[in-house]
Amino acid sequence: MPAVQETIDQVRGIDIDQYKYGFETVIEVDKAPKGLSEDIIRFISAKKQEPDWMLEWRLDAYKRWLTMEEPTWARVEYPKIDFNDIYYYAAPKNVTGPVSLDEVDPELLRTYEKLGIPLREQEILAGVQTSKVAVDAVFDSVSVVTTFKKELQKAGVIFMSISEAIREHPELIKQYLGSVVPTTDNYYATLNAAVFTDGSFVFVPKGVRCPMELSTYFRINEKNTGQFERTLIICEEGAYVSYLEGCTAPQRDENQLHAAVVELVALDDAEIKYSTVQNWFPGDKEGKGGIYNFVTKRGDCRGARSKISWTQVETGSAITWKYPSCILRGDDSRGEFYSIAVSNGHQQIDSGTKMIHLGKNTSSRIISKGISAGVSQNTYRGQVSIHRRAENSRNFTNCDSLLIGDKCGAHTVPYIEVKNQSAQIEHEATTSKISDDQKFYAMQRGIPEEEAIALIVNGFVKDVIQQLPMEFAVEAQKLIGISLEGSVG
Amino acid sequence: MLEIKNLHARIAEDGTEIIRGLNLTVKPGEIAAIMGPNGSGKSTLSYILSGREDYEVTEGDITYNGESILELDPAERASKGIFLAFQYPVEIPGVATMQFLKVAMNEQRKARGEDELTTPDFMRRVKEAAEQLKIDPAMLRRPLNVGFSGGEKKRAEILQMALLEPTLCILDETDSGLDIDALKIVADGVNALRSPDRAVIVITHYQRLLDYIVPDTVHVLYKGQIIRSGDKELAQELEANGYADVIETAA
Ligand SMILES: Nc1ncnc2c1ncn2[C@@H]1O[C@H](COP(=O)(O)OP(=O)(O)OP(=O)(O)O)[C@@H](O)[C@H]1O
Ligand SMILES: [Mg+2]
Repeated sequence: MPAVQETIDQVRGIDIDQYKYGFETVIEVDKAPKGLSEDIIRFISAKKQEPDWMLEWRLDAYKRWLTMEEPTWARVEYPKIDFNDIYYYAAPKNVTGPVSLDEVDPELLRTYEKLGIPLREQEILAGVQTSKVAVDAVFDSVSVVTTFKKELQKAGVIFMSISEAIREHPELIKQYLGSVVPTTDNYYATLNAAVFTDGSFVFVPKGVRCPMELSTYFRINEKNTGQFERTLIICEEGAYVSYLEGCTAPQRDENQLHAAVVELVALDDAEIKYSTVQNWFPGDKEGKGGIYNFVTKRGDCRGARSKISWTQVETGSAITWKYPSCILRGDDSRGEFYSIAVSNGHQQIDSGTKMIHLGKNTSSRIISKGISAGVSQNTYRGQVSIHRRAENSRNFTNCDSLLIGDKCGAHTVPYIEVKNQSAQIEHEATTSKISDDQKFYAMQRGIPEEEAIALIVNGFVKDVIQQLPMEFAVEAQKLIGISLEGSVG
Repeated sequence: MLEIKNLHARIAEDGTEIIRGLNLTVKPGEIAAIMGPNGSGKSTLSYILSGREDYEVTEGDITYNGESILELDPAERASKGIFLAFQYPVEIPGVATMQFLKVAMNEQRKARGEDELTTPDFMRRVKEAAEQLKIDPAMLRRPLNVGFSGGEKKRAEILQMALLEPTLCILDETDSGLDIDALKIVADGVNALRSPDRAVIVITHYQRLLDYIVPDTVHVLYKGQIIRSGDKELAQELEANGYADVIETAA
C-alpha cells in the first residue's frame, strides 16, 4: 500500500520534534485592539459589514456569555485563560473577504502552497491534483479565497465564507444559524457566537449531489490571536456533500485559543460527510505553547432517513476538547463517528461524541481509536442517549486505545442512557500497548523502530482511515507518523 | 560465518541466566540442527542472535562474517542477512501481509543502499514465492498472521524468508503444527534456498524434518550450553534413545 510507504518516507524526511507547519508568514495585518467588549464585537461586525440583526445576535450571545462559567468536567488541565489578553480580530491588510485569486497577496498564496493546499485552480485543472477539491481558506480571522465557486454555482451549490453568506443569503442564515448549536449552548460556543470572525457556509439544494469535495483550511498566523470560526452546512432533501477541514498554526511559545462551532443540518434523505484533519501546533517537547482547541460540532439529522457522518483525525493541539455529535431526530436517520486521536508529548485530548436518538429506527455507530505516547493524556468521552420515542434504535460503539510507552494515559468514559426498552446497544472497549512482540517481529524483518511503530499504528487505525476521502487518507497517515516522531527511545 | 563464543545471557528484567557459556560455529553453506529438551534455551538463543532487547549478553561474543553484532538492533541485524522464522509468529492487525512484505523488503534494500522494488517486480516475486509454497494469494491480502492457521503461519514465515533472501536462516520449530504435506512443501522451500554462501540453523524436536532438510551438523543444547555436537547420526540416536544418555555423559 503506497500510503503506508509514504508515512514511512515522511517520518524519515523530518527532524525529530519538528512541527512541519510551524512557519510564520510575515504579512501586514489589520487588528482589533486586544480584549473583549461590546465595542470589539461592534468592530468585528462592522468590519464584516454585517446587518444589524447579526450584530444583535452577537451582542445577545456576549451578554449571555458574561454570565457563564468555563466548564471543568473534562480531563484536561491548563492555566486560567485571560480572555482579555487575546486579539479577537486579525486580518491580512487590504483583505476583508474573498477576492479573486489574482488579488490575493502572493505571500499568502505561498503560505498555502507550503501547506500543500491546492488553492490554485489552474494547477488543479492542469492535473496536479487527481480529483477536484474546492477550497475555502481562512487565514486568522478572514476567509481569503474560495475556489471553484462558479462551477459549484452551476450545480446550485453555495460554498462561500460565512461572512459573505450573512450578506448575500440572510434568509438562510436567519433560518439555520444557531439552530443546531444555540447561542446558549455552552461557554465556548456562546463565546464563538459573540465573536466568530469567519468560516464556511455550504448549502446544497434539494436533490443535488455536490459535484466535488469541499474543503476549508484554517490557519492561525497572528500572535495572541484567537480563532473563532463558524461553519454551517445545510443539505436539503436528498442532497449530499462531503466536506473536509484542515488546520495548522505556526509554532509559538504562548498558547493560542481556537473555539469553533460547526453546525450541520440534514433534511429528509440527505447525507453529510464531514471529515477533519486537525493538526494545530501541539506545543513543544516541554509542553510549552500549542493551541487550545475547544470546539463544538453538532449535526442535526432533521429529516427522515438522513445521515451524518463525522470522521476526525486529531493529531495536533495542546488541548483538545471536542465532541462532534449527532441529533437523530428524523425517523430512520443515522449518525456515525469515526475518530483517530493521537497524543504525544504533553498533549491532552478529551474527545468523543454524543449520539442523541430521538426518532424511530435511528442508528448510530461509533469507532474511536486513541493512541497515546509520551506523557500525554487521551480520553474518549462518549454519550449514547436513547429517548422515549426512539423505538427500535441501535448503537454500536467500539473504543480502542493504544499506549506507546508507560508514562501516558488512556481513559474511556462512556455514558449510556436508555429510555426505550426496544433499544439495542453494543459497547466494546479495549486498551492495549504496542506489544514488544509486534515491534520485535517487524524489526526482525528489517523495519527500523519508528517505521515499525508507524506501521503497527496505521494497522490499528485502519478502520477509521478507510472512512476518509482517498486524498486525505494518505495525508492522515503521514500526520500520524509525524506526530508519533520521537515517541520511542 | 557465525561464531558464538562463550556466550552468557540473562533475562534483562529479572537477571535469570538462560545461556551459560555457549559455543557454536556455523560455516557458510552449512545446515546446523539444534535439538534439546523443552526449556533448554533454544528459542532464547534465536532471539539473542536476532537482537531481542529482553535479553542481556553478559559475557562472550557473537560475530557474523567476522564482525561483532552485539551492538546492532534487530533491524540492523536483519539487513545484514539474519532471519528468524518464529516458533510463534506474531499477529499484526490491520496490516495486510502484502503490505508488510513490501515495507520489509524495501527497508532492507534501503539499508543496503539498493533501490526500492518497483511494484510489478515486487508483485512478480511474491507471486512466484507464494506459488512455490502453495500459499493462496487471497491469504496475502489478509492482515499478517491474523486468523492464520498454525500451518499457514509457518508457511508465511518461510515465504518471508524466501523473499528477504537472508544469509543466515534460523528456523525455530518450523515443523511444529505442519501436516505431512505442508512439512514437505516447507522443507522444499528451505532446500531451494540452500547455497554455498547461506547457512541455516534448524531448531527442532523431531527427526522427521531432518529427513527432508538433511543437516551437516547436529548440536544438543541443554541448560544454556551445547553439550554435544555430531553429524546427522546424532539426531537419529536422540530420536531412538532420548536425551538421558547425552545429558549423563556430559555431566
Ligand atoms: N522473557 C522470559 N521471561 C521469563 N522466562 C524466560 C524468558 N525467556 C525465556 N525464559 C525461560 O528460559 C528457558 C528457556 O526458554 P526457551 O524458550 O529458550 O526454551 P526452548 O529451548 O526454546 O524450549 P521449547 O523446546 O519448549 O521451545 C525457559 O525456562 C523459559 O521459561
Ligand atoms: Mg522454543
